Amino acid sequence: MGNGYPIVQLVGLGKVFQGKNNVVKALDNINLTINQGEIFGIIGLSGAGKSTLVRCINFLEKPTSGSVIFDGADLGALSERDLLRARQSMGMIFQQFNLLMQRNALQNICFPLEIAGIPKKEARQRAMELLEVVGLVDKAKAYPAQLSGGQKQRVAIARALATNPKVLLCDEATSALDPTTTRSILNLLREINQKLGITVIVITHEMSVIEEICHRVAIIDQSHIAELGEVEEVFVRPKSKIAKQLVFSGESHIDVFEGEYKCRIIFDGRTSFEPVIANMVLECKTPVNILFADTKDIDGKAFGQMVIQLPNDETGRKRIMNYLNVNGITYEEVKGDA
Amino acid sequence: MLSGAVIKMLGTGILESLYMIFVSSLIAYVIGLPLGVLLVVTDKEGIAPFPALNKALGAIVNFVRSVPFIILLIAVMPFTRWLIGTTLGPSAVIPPLIIGSAPYIARLVESSLKEVDKGVIEAAQSMGASPMNIILKVLIPEAMPSLIIGAAIAVTTILSYSAMAGIVGGGGLGDIAIRYGYYRYQTGIMFVTVIILVLIVQLIQEVGERWMRRADKRL
Ligand SMILES: Nc1ncnc2c1ncn2[C@@H]1O[C@H](COP(=O)(O)OP(=O)(O)OP(=O)(O)O)[C@@H](O)[C@H]1O
Ligand SMILES: [Mg+2]
Repeated sequence: MGNGYPIVQLVGLGKVFQGKNNVVKALDNINLTINQGEIFGIIGLSGAGKSTLVRCINFLEKPTSGSVIFDGADLGALSERDLLRARQSMGMIFQQFNLLMQRNALQNICFPLEIAGIPKKEARQRAMELLEVVGLVDKAKAYPAQLSGGQKQRVAIARALATNPKVLLCDEATSALDPTTTRSILNLLREINQKLGITVIVITHEMSVIEEICHRVAIIDQSHIAELGEVEEVFVRPKSKIAKQLVFSGESHIDVFEGEYKCRIIFDGRTSFEPVIANMVLECKTPVNILFADTKDIDGKAFGQMVIQLPNDETGRKRIMNYLNVNGITYEEVKGDA
Repeated sequence: MLSGAVIKMLGTGILESLYMIFVSSLIAYVIGLPLGVLLVVTDKEGIAPFPALNKALGAIVNFVRSVPFIILLIAVMPFTRWLIGTTLGPSAVIPPLIIGSAPYIARLVESSLKEVDKGVIEAAQSMGASPMNIILKVLIPEAMPSLIIGAAIAVTTILSYSAMAGIVGGGGLGDIAIRYGYYRYQTGIMFVTVIILVLIVQLIQEVGERWMRRADKRL
Protein backbone atom coordinates (compact mmCIF):
# COMPACT_ATOMS: atom_id res chain seq x y z
CA MET A 1 0.00 0.00 0.00
CA GLY A 2 1.94 2.93 -1.26
CA ASN A 3 5.50 2.99 -2.49
CA GLY A 4 6.36 6.35 -1.00
CA TYR A 5 6.29 8.23 -4.29
CA PRO A 6 4.16 11.32 -3.76
CA ILE A 7 1.66 11.18 -6.63
CA VAL A 8 -0.48 14.05 -5.35
CA GLN A 9 0.80 16.87 -3.19
CA LEU A 10 -1.34 19.69 -1.92
CA VAL A 11 0.72 22.59 -0.70
CA GLY A 12 -0.89 25.38 1.28
CA LEU A 13 -4.03 24.85 -0.73
CA GLY A 14 -6.81 27.36 -0.24
CA LYS A 15 -10.10 28.04 -1.98
CA VAL A 16 -12.29 31.04 -1.41
CA PHE A 17 -15.66 31.39 -3.10
CA GLN A 18 -16.49 35.00 -3.74
CA GLY A 19 -20.25 35.38 -3.50
CA LYS A 20 -22.23 38.51 -4.26
CA ASN A 21 -22.36 39.64 -0.67
CA ASN A 22 -20.50 36.93 1.16
CA VAL A 23 -17.20 35.14 1.04
CA VAL A 24 -16.95 31.41 1.68
CA LYS A 25 -13.61 30.02 2.67
CA ALA A 26 -14.10 26.43 1.57
CA LEU A 27 -10.48 25.32 2.04
CA ASP A 28 -7.77 26.89 4.14
CA ASN A 29 -4.09 25.98 4.06
CA ILE A 30 -4.45 22.30 3.20
CA ASN A 31 -1.15 20.40 3.16
CA LEU A 32 -1.39 16.81 2.14
CA THR A 33 0.74 14.23 0.41
CA ILE A 34 -0.86 11.19 -1.14
CA ASN A 35 1.45 8.35 -2.06
CA GLN A 36 1.30 6.26 -5.17
CA GLY A 37 -0.58 3.02 -4.65
CA GLU A 38 -2.44 3.87 -1.49
CA ILE A 39 -6.14 4.20 -0.86
CA PHE A 40 -6.50 7.54 0.79
CA GLY A 41 -9.70 8.59 2.52
CA ILE A 42 -10.96 12.11 3.05
CA ILE A 43 -13.84 12.32 5.47
CA GLY A 44 -15.81 15.17 6.94
CA LEU A 45 -19.26 16.42 7.69
CA SER A 46 -21.44 18.03 5.06
CA GLY A 47 -20.08 21.37 3.95
CA ALA A 48 -16.62 20.65 5.35
CA GLY A 49 -15.07 21.22 1.93
CA LYS A 50 -14.50 17.65 0.74
CA SER A 51 -15.92 18.07 -2.74
CA THR A 52 -14.08 21.33 -3.18
CA LEU A 53 -10.86 19.60 -2.16
CA VAL A 54 -11.24 16.72 -4.59
CA ARG A 55 -12.24 19.12 -7.38
CA CYS A 56 -9.08 21.11 -6.69
CA ILE A 57 -6.99 17.96 -7.14
CA ASN A 58 -7.91 17.76 -10.83
CA PHE A 59 -8.29 21.53 -11.14
CA LEU A 60 -12.00 21.40 -11.95
CA GLU A 61 -11.90 24.06 -9.29
CA LYS A 62 -8.97 26.43 -9.47
CA PRO A 63 -7.50 26.94 -6.01
CA THR A 64 -7.27 30.57 -4.90
CA SER A 65 -4.00 29.90 -3.10
CA GLY A 66 -1.36 27.20 -2.82
CA SER A 67 -0.62 24.56 -5.38
CA VAL A 68 -1.45 21.06 -6.52
CA ILE A 69 1.46 18.91 -7.62
CA PHE A 70 0.35 15.89 -9.61
CA ASP A 71 3.00 13.37 -10.58
CA GLY A 72 5.66 16.03 -10.27
CA ALA A 73 3.85 18.72 -12.27
CA ASP A 74 2.39 21.88 -10.77
CA LEU A 75 -1.10 21.92 -12.27
CA GLY A 76 -1.39 25.66 -11.81
CA ALA A 77 1.63 26.21 -14.05
CA LEU A 78 0.40 24.03 -16.91
CA SER A 79 -1.05 25.40 -20.13
CA GLU A 80 -4.73 24.69 -20.78
CA ARG A 81 -3.74 21.94 -23.22
CA ASP A 82 -1.38 20.24 -20.80
CA LEU A 83 -3.92 20.52 -18.02
CA LEU A 84 -6.49 18.70 -20.16
CA ARG A 85 -3.87 16.05 -20.86
CA ALA A 86 -3.00 15.75 -17.16
CA ARG A 87 -6.67 15.19 -16.36
CA GLN A 88 -6.61 12.14 -18.60
CA SER A 89 -4.28 10.64 -15.99
CA MET A 90 -6.86 11.21 -13.27
CA GLY A 91 -10.12 9.31 -13.38
CA MET A 92 -13.07 10.54 -11.39
CA ILE A 93 -16.31 8.97 -10.26
CA PHE A 94 -19.29 10.66 -8.68
CA GLN A 95 -22.20 10.11 -6.34
CA GLN A 96 -24.68 10.56 -9.19
CA PHE A 97 -22.59 8.45 -11.64
CA ASN A 98 -22.83 11.16 -14.32
CA LEU A 99 -23.04 8.80 -17.26
CA LEU A 100 -24.03 10.05 -20.69
CA MET A 101 -27.68 9.09 -20.82
CA GLN A 102 -27.82 8.92 -24.61
CA ARG A 103 -24.92 6.49 -24.87
CA ASN A 104 -24.90 2.83 -23.92
CA ALA A 105 -22.42 1.36 -21.46
CA LEU A 106 -19.83 0.55 -24.10
CA GLN A 107 -20.10 3.99 -25.72
CA ASN A 108 -19.81 5.64 -22.32
CA ILE A 109 -16.53 3.87 -21.71
CA CYS A 110 -15.34 4.82 -25.19
CA PHE A 111 -16.02 8.49 -24.45
CA PRO A 112 -12.74 9.38 -22.66
CA LEU A 113 -10.86 7.37 -25.28
CA GLU A 114 -12.44 9.44 -28.06
CA ILE A 115 -11.33 12.55 -26.23
CA ALA A 116 -7.83 11.14 -25.95
CA GLY A 117 -7.87 10.55 -29.70
CA ILE A 118 -7.72 6.75 -29.60
CA PRO A 119 -8.90 5.11 -32.86
CA LYS A 120 -12.45 3.81 -32.66
CA LYS A 121 -11.66 0.12 -33.05
CA GLU A 122 -8.97 0.19 -30.40
CA ALA A 123 -11.26 2.15 -28.09
CA ARG A 124 -14.06 -0.41 -28.39
CA GLN A 125 -11.66 -3.21 -27.64
CA ARG A 126 -10.33 -1.44 -24.57
CA ALA A 127 -13.90 -0.68 -23.46
CA MET A 128 -14.82 -4.36 -23.69
CA GLU A 129 -11.81 -5.27 -21.56
CA LEU A 130 -12.90 -2.75 -18.96
CA LEU A 131 -16.45 -4.08 -18.96
CA GLU A 132 -14.89 -7.38 -18.08
CA VAL A 133 -12.90 -5.80 -15.23
CA VAL A 134 -16.10 -4.40 -13.73
CA GLY A 135 -18.11 -7.54 -14.49
CA LEU A 136 -20.64 -6.06 -16.89
CA VAL A 137 -19.83 -7.63 -20.26
CA ASP A 138 -23.47 -8.62 -20.73
CA LYS A 139 -24.58 -4.99 -20.30
CA ALA A 140 -22.39 -3.52 -23.05
CA LYS A 141 -25.40 -2.45 -25.11
CA ALA A 142 -27.54 -1.30 -22.17
CA TYR A 143 -28.28 2.38 -21.71
CA PRO A 144 -27.81 3.95 -18.25
CA ALA A 145 -31.60 4.18 -17.82
CA GLN A 146 -31.70 0.38 -17.96
CA LEU A 147 -29.02 -0.14 -15.31
CA SER A 148 -29.22 -0.27 -11.51
CA GLY A 149 -27.30 2.23 -9.38
CA GLY A 150 -24.52 -0.25 -8.69
CA GLN A 151 -24.23 -1.17 -12.36
CA LYS A 152 -24.12 2.50 -13.33
CA GLN A 153 -21.29 3.08 -10.89
CA ARG A 154 -19.44 0.09 -12.36
CA VAL A 155 -19.76 1.59 -15.82
CA ALA A 156 -18.57 4.92 -14.42
CA ILE A 157 -15.56 3.18 -12.85
CA ALA A 158 -14.75 1.44 -16.14
CA ARG A 159 -15.03 4.79 -17.89
CA ALA A 160 -12.76 6.45 -15.36
CA LEU A 161 -10.17 3.71 -15.86
CA ALA A 162 -10.28 3.79 -19.65
CA THR A 163 -7.33 6.11 -20.14
CA ASN A 164 -5.13 4.21 -17.67
CA PRO A 165 -5.14 6.93 -15.02
CA LYS A 166 -2.65 7.04 -12.19
CA VAL A 167 -5.21 8.27 -9.71
CA LEU A 168 -8.90 7.56 -9.25
CA LEU A 169 -10.86 10.27 -7.48
CA CYS A 170 -14.11 9.12 -5.87
CA ASP A 171 -16.47 11.81 -4.61
CA GLU A 172 -19.12 10.11 -2.46
CA ALA A 173 -19.10 7.26 -4.96
CA THR A 174 -21.18 4.98 -2.77
CA SER A 175 -23.44 7.50 -1.06
CA ALA A 176 -26.35 6.82 -3.42
CA LEU A 177 -26.09 3.05 -3.04
CA ASP A 178 -27.52 0.53 -0.58
CA PRO A 179 -25.15 -1.20 1.89
CA THR A 180 -24.72 -4.40 -0.12
CA THR A 181 -24.01 -2.55 -3.34
CA THR A 182 -21.72 -0.16 -1.47
CA ARG A 183 -19.72 -3.14 -0.28
CA SER A 184 -19.38 -4.59 -3.76
CA ILE A 185 -18.29 -1.24 -5.20
CA LEU A 186 -15.75 -0.80 -2.41
CA ASN A 187 -14.44 -4.29 -3.09
CA LEU A 188 -14.09 -3.39 -6.74
CA LEU A 189 -12.15 -0.24 -5.83
CA ARG A 190 -9.84 -2.27 -3.58
CA GLU A 191 -9.31 -4.78 -6.37
CA ILE A 192 -8.47 -2.00 -8.82
CA ASN A 193 -6.01 -0.58 -6.33
CA GLN A 194 -4.32 -3.92 -5.75
CA LYS A 195 -4.34 -5.32 -9.28
CA LEU A 196 -3.75 -2.16 -11.30
CA GLY A 197 -1.78 -0.26 -8.68
CA ILE A 198 -3.95 2.81 -9.14
CA THR A 199 -3.96 5.30 -6.31
CA VAL A 200 -7.50 5.77 -5.05
CA ILE A 201 -8.70 8.89 -3.28
CA VAL A 202 -12.00 8.34 -1.54
CA ILE A 203 -14.20 11.19 -0.38
CA THR A 204 -16.97 10.21 1.97
CA HIS A 205 -18.98 11.24 5.00
CA GLU A 206 -19.27 7.64 6.16
CA MET A 207 -16.66 6.25 8.53
CA SER A 208 -17.59 2.72 7.45
CA VAL A 209 -16.29 3.44 3.94
CA ILE A 210 -12.97 4.60 5.35
CA GLU A 211 -12.55 1.57 7.58
CA GLU A 212 -13.55 -0.78 4.79
CA ILE A 213 -10.91 0.15 2.24
CA CYS A 214 -8.66 3.05 3.20
CA HIS A 215 -5.08 2.86 4.33
CA ARG A 216 -4.76 6.45 5.48
CA VAL A 217 -7.35 9.06 6.24
CA ALA A 218 -7.56 12.82 6.51
CA ILE A 219 -10.40 14.25 8.52
CA ILE A 220 -11.47 17.59 7.23
CA ASP A 221 -13.45 19.95 9.38
CA GLN A 222 -14.41 23.54 8.66
CA SER A 223 -12.03 23.91 5.72
CA HIS A 224 -9.05 22.50 7.66
CA ILE A 225 -7.43 19.12 8.03
CA ALA A 226 -8.25 18.26 11.62
CA GLU A 227 -6.47 14.93 11.73
CA LEU A 228 -4.37 12.80 9.45
CA GLY A 229 -3.01 9.32 9.89
CA GLU A 230 -3.21 5.60 9.38
CA VAL A 231 -6.82 4.44 9.52
CA GLU A 232 -6.06 2.03 12.39
CA GLU A 233 -4.41 4.75 14.41
CA VAL A 234 -7.19 7.25 13.91
CA PHE A 235 -9.78 4.64 14.79
CA VAL A 236 -8.03 3.54 17.93
CA ARG A 237 -6.83 6.89 19.21
CA PRO A 238 -8.77 9.69 17.65
CA LYS A 239 -7.29 12.93 18.88
CA SER A 240 -9.37 15.77 17.51
CA LYS A 241 -12.92 16.44 18.60
CA ILE A 242 -14.25 15.87 15.09
CA ALA A 243 -12.37 12.56 14.81
CA LYS A 244 -13.86 11.35 18.09
CA GLN A 245 -17.25 12.44 16.91
CA LEU A 246 -16.89 10.49 13.68
CA VAL A 247 -15.31 7.41 15.24
CA PHE A 248 -17.40 7.14 18.39
CA SER A 249 -20.68 8.40 17.10
CA GLY A 250 -23.32 7.62 19.69
CA GLU A 251 -21.04 7.82 22.70
CA SER A 252 -23.10 10.44 24.45
CA HIS A 253 -25.25 8.05 26.50
CA ILE A 254 -22.38 7.34 28.86
CA ASP A 255 -23.27 10.56 30.59
CA VAL A 256 -26.20 8.81 32.26
CA PHE A 257 -23.80 6.91 34.49
CA GLU A 258 -22.03 9.98 35.71
CA GLY A 259 -20.09 9.68 38.91
CA GLU A 260 -19.36 5.98 38.57
CA TYR A 261 -15.92 4.46 38.01
CA LYS A 262 -15.53 3.82 34.35
CA CYS A 263 -12.79 2.61 32.12
CA ARG A 264 -12.38 2.68 28.37
CA ILE A 265 -10.74 -0.36 26.86
CA ILE A 266 -9.17 0.21 23.51
CA PHE A 267 -8.90 -2.51 20.92
CA ASP A 268 -6.05 -1.75 18.62
CA GLY A 269 -6.00 -4.86 16.50
CA ARG A 270 -3.70 -6.95 18.67
CA THR A 271 -6.48 -8.82 20.37
CA SER A 272 -9.90 -10.06 19.62
CA PHE A 273 -12.27 -8.45 22.07
CA GLU A 274 -14.62 -11.21 23.20
CA PRO A 275 -12.14 -13.31 25.19
CA VAL A 276 -10.66 -10.21 26.79
CA ILE A 277 -13.80 -9.23 28.66
CA ALA A 278 -14.90 -12.81 29.31
CA ASN A 279 -11.48 -13.86 30.63
CA MET A 280 -11.19 -10.73 32.69
CA VAL A 281 -14.50 -11.38 34.41
CA LEU A 282 -13.61 -15.04 35.01
CA GLU A 283 -10.15 -14.31 36.31
CA CYS A 284 -10.98 -11.30 38.46
CA LYS A 285 -14.24 -12.84 39.62
CA THR A 286 -15.70 -9.36 39.40
CA PRO A 287 -18.72 -8.52 37.31
CA VAL A 288 -18.48 -5.52 35.02
CA ASN A 289 -21.15 -3.60 33.25
CA ILE A 290 -20.60 -2.84 29.59
CA LEU A 291 -21.86 0.69 29.10
CA PHE A 292 -20.86 1.23 25.56
CA ALA A 293 -19.17 -0.73 22.86
CA ASP A 294 -18.17 0.30 19.40
CA THR A 295 -15.90 -2.30 17.97
CA LYS A 296 -15.23 -3.17 14.42
CA ASP A 297 -13.67 -6.04 12.64
CA ILE A 298 -10.94 -4.85 10.31
CA ASP A 299 -9.12 -7.60 8.45
CA GLY A 300 -10.12 -10.06 11.17
CA LYS A 301 -8.75 -7.96 14.01
CA ALA A 302 -10.65 -6.07 16.63
CA PHE A 303 -10.61 -2.31 16.60
CA GLY A 304 -12.59 0.17 18.58
CA GLN A 305 -13.45 0.73 22.16
CA MET A 306 -15.62 -0.44 24.97
CA VAL A 307 -16.54 1.50 28.06
CA ILE A 308 -17.13 -0.64 31.12
CA GLN A 309 -18.46 0.26 34.52
CA LEU A 310 -16.11 -0.90 37.24
CA PRO A 311 -17.16 -2.28 40.61
CA ASN A 312 -17.37 0.24 43.44
CA ASP A 313 -15.07 -1.72 45.75
CA GLU A 314 -11.46 -0.78 45.37
CA THR A 315 -9.93 -4.29 45.31
CA GLY A 316 -12.19 -5.40 42.49
CA ARG A 317 -11.21 -2.29 40.55
CA LYS A 318 -7.51 -2.84 41.17
CA ARG A 319 -7.77 -6.45 40.11
CA ILE A 320 -9.25 -5.44 36.81
CA MET A 321 -6.65 -2.75 36.17
CA ASN A 322 -3.99 -5.25 36.98
CA TYR A 323 -5.45 -7.78 34.60
CA LEU A 324 -5.50 -5.20 31.82
CA ASN A 325 -1.91 -4.12 32.58
CA VAL A 326 -0.60 -7.64 32.66
CA ASN A 327 -2.28 -8.54 29.38
CA GLY A 328 -1.03 -5.41 27.70
CA ILE A 329 -4.46 -4.07 26.89
CA THR A 330 -4.70 -0.35 26.29
CA TYR A 331 -7.21 1.36 28.54
CA GLU A 332 -7.90 4.64 30.20
CA GLU A 333 -10.00 5.68 33.11
CA VAL A 334 -12.99 7.72 32.10
CA LYS A 335 -14.19 10.75 33.97
CA GLY A 336 -17.78 11.84 34.09
CA ASP A 337 -18.02 13.29 30.63
CA ALA A 338 -16.14 10.46 28.93
CA MET B 1 -65.68 25.94 -54.99
CA LEU B 2 -62.91 23.38 -55.34
CA SER B 3 -62.55 23.59 -59.06
CA GLY B 4 -59.55 22.12 -60.82
CA ALA B 5 -57.92 25.55 -60.90
CA VAL B 6 -58.42 26.09 -57.21
CA ILE B 7 -56.99 22.67 -56.38
CA LYS B 8 -54.01 23.41 -58.57
CA MET B 9 -53.56 26.75 -56.84
CA LEU B 10 -53.75 25.11 -53.41
CA GLY B 11 -51.24 22.50 -54.53
CA THR B 12 -48.84 25.20 -55.62
CA GLY B 13 -49.49 27.02 -52.32
CA ILE B 14 -48.63 23.92 -50.32
CA LEU B 15 -45.43 23.39 -52.27
CA GLU B 16 -44.46 27.04 -51.92
CA SER B 17 -45.13 26.96 -48.20
CA LEU B 18 -43.13 23.77 -47.73
CA TYR B 19 -40.30 25.26 -49.77
CA MET B 20 -40.23 28.41 -47.65
CA ILE B 21 -40.37 26.49 -44.38
CA PHE B 22 -37.75 24.01 -45.43
CA VAL B 23 -35.16 26.45 -46.72
CA SER B 24 -35.79 29.00 -43.96
CA SER B 25 -35.66 26.40 -41.18
CA LEU B 26 -32.47 24.93 -42.53
CA ILE B 27 -30.63 28.24 -42.80
CA ALA B 28 -32.15 29.57 -39.57
CA TYR B 29 -30.75 26.53 -37.78
CA VAL B 30 -27.35 27.04 -39.37
CA ILE B 31 -27.37 30.43 -37.62
CA GLY B 32 -29.51 29.71 -34.56
CA LEU B 33 -27.85 26.50 -33.40
CA PRO B 34 -24.32 27.92 -33.05
CA LEU B 35 -25.82 31.07 -31.57
CA GLY B 36 -27.69 29.01 -28.96
CA VAL B 37 -24.53 27.03 -28.20
CA LEU B 38 -22.59 30.28 -27.79
CA LEU B 39 -25.23 31.64 -25.43
CA VAL B 40 -24.82 28.56 -23.25
CA VAL B 41 -21.06 28.13 -23.25
CA THR B 42 -20.16 31.81 -22.82
CA ASP B 43 -22.52 32.17 -19.86
CA LYS B 44 -20.65 32.98 -16.65
CA GLU B 45 -21.55 29.50 -15.39
CA GLY B 46 -20.78 27.96 -18.79
CA ILE B 47 -17.83 25.89 -19.96
CA ALA B 48 -16.06 28.82 -21.66
CA PRO B 49 -17.26 31.93 -19.82
CA PHE B 50 -17.12 35.15 -21.84
CA PRO B 51 -19.60 37.49 -20.16
CA ALA B 52 -19.14 40.43 -22.55
CA LEU B 53 -19.84 38.33 -25.65
CA ASN B 54 -22.69 36.60 -23.85
CA LYS B 55 -24.36 39.90 -22.95
CA ALA B 56 -23.91 41.28 -26.47
CA LEU B 57 -25.38 38.18 -28.13
CA GLY B 58 -28.21 38.11 -25.64
CA ALA B 59 -29.04 41.74 -26.36
CA ILE B 60 -29.08 41.20 -30.14
CA VAL B 61 -31.28 38.14 -29.79
CA ASN B 62 -33.70 39.98 -27.52
CA PHE B 63 -33.80 42.97 -29.82
CA VAL B 64 -34.69 40.97 -32.93
CA ARG B 65 -37.17 38.86 -31.00
CA SER B 66 -38.99 41.90 -29.72
CA VAL B 67 -39.65 43.25 -33.22
CA PRO B 68 -43.07 41.96 -34.40
CA PHE B 69 -42.55 39.71 -37.41
CA ILE B 70 -44.85 41.77 -39.59
CA ILE B 71 -42.68 44.84 -38.98
CA LEU B 72 -39.51 42.85 -39.58
CA LEU B 73 -40.95 41.60 -42.85
CA ILE B 74 -41.29 45.16 -44.12
CA ALA B 75 -38.14 46.49 -42.49
CA VAL B 76 -35.83 44.00 -44.20
CA MET B 77 -37.37 44.56 -47.64
CA PRO B 78 -34.45 46.65 -48.97
CA PHE B 79 -32.08 43.92 -47.88
CA THR B 80 -34.28 41.28 -49.50
CA ARG B 81 -34.45 43.21 -52.75
CA TRP B 82 -30.68 43.56 -52.77
CA LEU B 83 -30.21 39.85 -52.02
CA ILE B 84 -32.96 38.18 -54.07
CA GLY B 85 -33.78 40.89 -56.59
CA THR B 86 -37.46 41.10 -55.63
CA THR B 87 -39.67 41.43 -52.58
CA LEU B 88 -42.43 39.24 -53.99
CA GLY B 89 -42.84 35.48 -54.02
CA PRO B 90 -41.71 32.66 -51.75
CA SER B 91 -37.97 33.19 -52.14
CA ALA B 92 -38.31 36.81 -51.05
CA VAL B 93 -39.89 35.69 -47.77
CA ILE B 94 -36.97 33.49 -46.87
CA PRO B 95 -34.57 36.24 -45.67
CA PRO B 96 -37.05 37.81 -43.20
CA LEU B 97 -38.11 34.33 -42.07
CA ILE B 98 -34.50 33.48 -41.29
CA ILE B 99 -33.81 36.76 -39.54
CA GLY B 100 -37.02 36.50 -37.55
CA SER B 101 -36.62 32.88 -36.50
CA ALA B 102 -32.87 32.43 -35.96
CA PRO B 103 -32.88 34.31 -32.61
CA TYR B 104 -35.93 32.35 -31.55
CA ILE B 105 -34.16 29.11 -32.47
CA ALA B 106 -31.10 30.29 -30.54
CA ARG B 107 -33.25 30.66 -27.40
CA LEU B 108 -34.87 27.24 -27.97
CA VAL B 109 -31.46 25.64 -28.40
CA GLU B 110 -30.16 27.49 -25.35
CA SER B 111 -32.93 26.19 -23.14
CA SER B 112 -32.49 22.63 -24.45
CA LEU B 113 -28.75 22.66 -23.80
CA LYS B 114 -29.24 24.10 -20.33
CA GLU B 115 -31.23 21.00 -19.43
CA VAL B 116 -28.10 18.88 -19.74
CA ASP B 117 -27.02 17.64 -16.32
CA LYS B 118 -24.16 19.72 -14.90
CA GLY B 119 -22.68 16.55 -13.42
CA VAL B 120 -22.26 14.97 -16.85
CA ILE B 121 -20.44 18.06 -18.09
CA GLU B 122 -18.23 17.96 -15.02
CA ALA B 123 -17.48 14.29 -15.66
CA ALA B 124 -16.43 15.14 -19.22
CA GLN B 125 -14.21 17.93 -17.91
CA SER B 126 -12.64 15.54 -15.44
CA MET B 127 -11.63 13.38 -18.41
CA GLY B 128 -9.85 16.29 -20.04
CA ALA B 129 -12.56 17.15 -22.57
CA SER B 130 -12.07 20.52 -24.27
CA PRO B 131 -15.01 22.93 -24.60
CA MET B 132 -15.37 21.82 -28.24
CA ASN B 133 -15.42 18.16 -27.17
CA ILE B 134 -18.10 18.98 -24.66
CA ILE B 135 -20.26 20.86 -27.16
CA LEU B 136 -20.06 18.15 -29.81
CA LYS B 137 -19.97 15.03 -27.66
CA VAL B 138 -21.94 16.00 -24.58
CA LEU B 139 -24.17 19.05 -24.89
CA ILE B 140 -25.70 18.41 -28.30
CA PRO B 141 -26.04 14.60 -28.15
CA GLU B 142 -27.37 14.65 -24.59
CA ALA B 143 -29.88 17.38 -25.42
CA MET B 144 -30.93 15.73 -28.70
CA PRO B 145 -34.48 14.73 -27.69
CA SER B 146 -35.15 18.21 -26.41
CA LEU B 147 -33.55 19.77 -29.51
CA ILE B 148 -35.83 17.70 -31.73
CA ILE B 149 -38.95 18.87 -29.90
CA GLY B 150 -37.58 22.41 -30.09
CA ALA B 151 -37.13 22.00 -33.84
CA ALA B 152 -40.77 20.95 -34.24
CA ILE B 153 -41.79 24.11 -32.37
CA ALA B 154 -39.42 26.25 -34.44
CA VAL B 155 -40.64 24.87 -37.76
CA THR B 156 -44.25 25.38 -36.70
CA THR B 157 -43.44 28.98 -35.82
CA ILE B 158 -41.72 29.49 -39.15
CA LEU B 159 -44.82 28.09 -40.86
CA SER B 160 -47.04 30.61 -39.11
CA TYR B 161 -44.60 33.43 -39.92
CA SER B 162 -44.58 32.33 -43.55
CA ALA B 163 -48.37 32.49 -43.61
CA MET B 164 -48.13 36.05 -42.34
CA ALA B 165 -45.88 36.86 -45.27
CA GLY B 166 -48.97 36.53 -47.48
CA ILE B 167 -49.77 40.12 -46.58
CA VAL B 168 -46.83 41.34 -48.60
CA GLY B 169 -47.44 38.93 -51.45
CA GLY B 170 -45.05 36.30 -50.25
CA GLY B 171 -46.78 33.35 -51.89
CA GLY B 172 -47.67 30.07 -50.24
CA LEU B 173 -50.80 29.12 -48.31
CA GLY B 174 -50.90 32.28 -46.26
CA ASP B 175 -50.94 34.35 -49.41
CA ILE B 176 -53.90 32.35 -50.74
CA ALA B 177 -55.80 32.66 -47.47
CA ILE B 178 -55.36 36.42 -47.42
CA ARG B 179 -56.04 37.01 -51.09
CA TYR B 180 -59.21 34.93 -51.19
CA GLY B 181 -60.48 35.26 -47.67
CA TYR B 182 -59.64 38.87 -46.92
CA TYR B 183 -59.57 40.68 -50.23
CA ARG B 184 -62.20 38.66 -52.13
CA TYR B 185 -64.42 37.35 -49.32
CA GLN B 186 -64.14 33.76 -50.58
CA THR B 187 -64.17 32.36 -47.09
CA GLY B 188 -64.51 28.81 -48.39
CA ILE B 189 -61.03 28.84 -49.90
CA MET B 190 -59.63 30.61 -46.86
CA PHE B 191 -61.19 27.94 -44.68
CA VAL B 192 -59.66 25.10 -46.72
CA THR B 193 -56.26 26.83 -46.60
CA VAL B 194 -56.41 27.18 -42.86
CA ILE B 195 -57.32 23.50 -42.51
CA ILE B 196 -54.31 22.57 -44.64
CA LEU B 197 -52.10 24.74 -42.42
CA VAL B 198 -53.50 23.06 -39.32
CA LEU B 199 -52.81 19.65 -40.82
CA ILE B 200 -49.23 20.59 -41.66
CA VAL B 201 -48.68 21.80 -38.09
CA GLN B 202 -50.12 18.55 -36.74
CA LEU B 203 -47.87 16.58 -39.03
CA ILE B 204 -44.72 18.47 -38.00
CA GLN B 205 -45.58 18.05 -34.33
CA GLU B 206 -46.32 14.35 -34.74
CA VAL B 207 -43.13 13.67 -36.68
CA GLY B 208 -41.12 15.64 -34.10
CA GLU B 209 -42.55 13.70 -31.19
CA ARG B 210 -42.04 10.31 -32.80
CA TRP B 211 -38.52 11.17 -33.76
CA MET B 212 -37.82 12.42 -30.23
CA ARG B 213 -39.17 9.25 -28.64
CA ARG B 214 -37.07 7.15 -30.96
CA ALA B 215 -33.95 9.20 -30.22
CA ASP B 216 -34.31 9.36 -26.45
CA LYS B 217 -32.45 6.51 -24.77
CA ARG B 218 -33.75 7.46 -21.34
CA LEU B 219 -37.22 6.17 -22.16
N1 LIG C 1 -19.40 27.11 -6.34
C1 LIG C 1 -19.50 27.52 -5.05
N2 LIG C 1 -19.79 28.80 -4.76
C2 LIG C 1 -19.88 29.22 -3.48
N3 LIG C 1 -19.70 28.43 -2.42
C3 LIG C 1 -19.42 27.14 -2.62
C4 LIG C 1 -19.30 26.61 -3.95
N4 LIG C 1 -19.02 25.29 -3.87
C5 LIG C 1 -18.95 25.02 -2.55
N5 LIG C 1 -19.19 26.12 -1.80
C6 LIG C 1 -19.16 26.20 -0.33
O1 LIG C 1 -17.95 25.65 0.14
C7 LIG C 1 -18.17 24.89 1.30
C8 LIG C 1 -17.66 23.48 1.09
O2 LIG C 1 -18.46 22.83 0.13
P1 LIG C 1 -18.19 21.35 -0.36
O3 LIG C 1 -19.17 21.06 -1.43
O4 LIG C 1 -16.77 21.19 -0.66
O5 LIG C 1 -18.56 20.53 0.94
P2 LIG C 1 -18.63 18.95 1.12
O6 LIG C 1 -17.72 18.63 2.23
O7 LIG C 1 -18.40 18.26 -0.17
O8 LIG C 1 -20.11 18.74 1.58
P3 LIG C 1 -21.13 17.54 1.22
O9 LIG C 1 -20.78 16.40 2.11
O10 LIG C 1 -22.45 18.13 1.56
O11 LIG C 1 -20.98 17.23 -0.23
C9 LIG C 1 -19.66 24.97 1.60
O12 LIG C 1 -19.84 25.97 2.58
C10 LIG C 1 -20.26 25.38 0.30
O13 LIG C 1 -21.40 26.14 0.52
MG1 LIG D 1 -19.59 17.01 -1.50
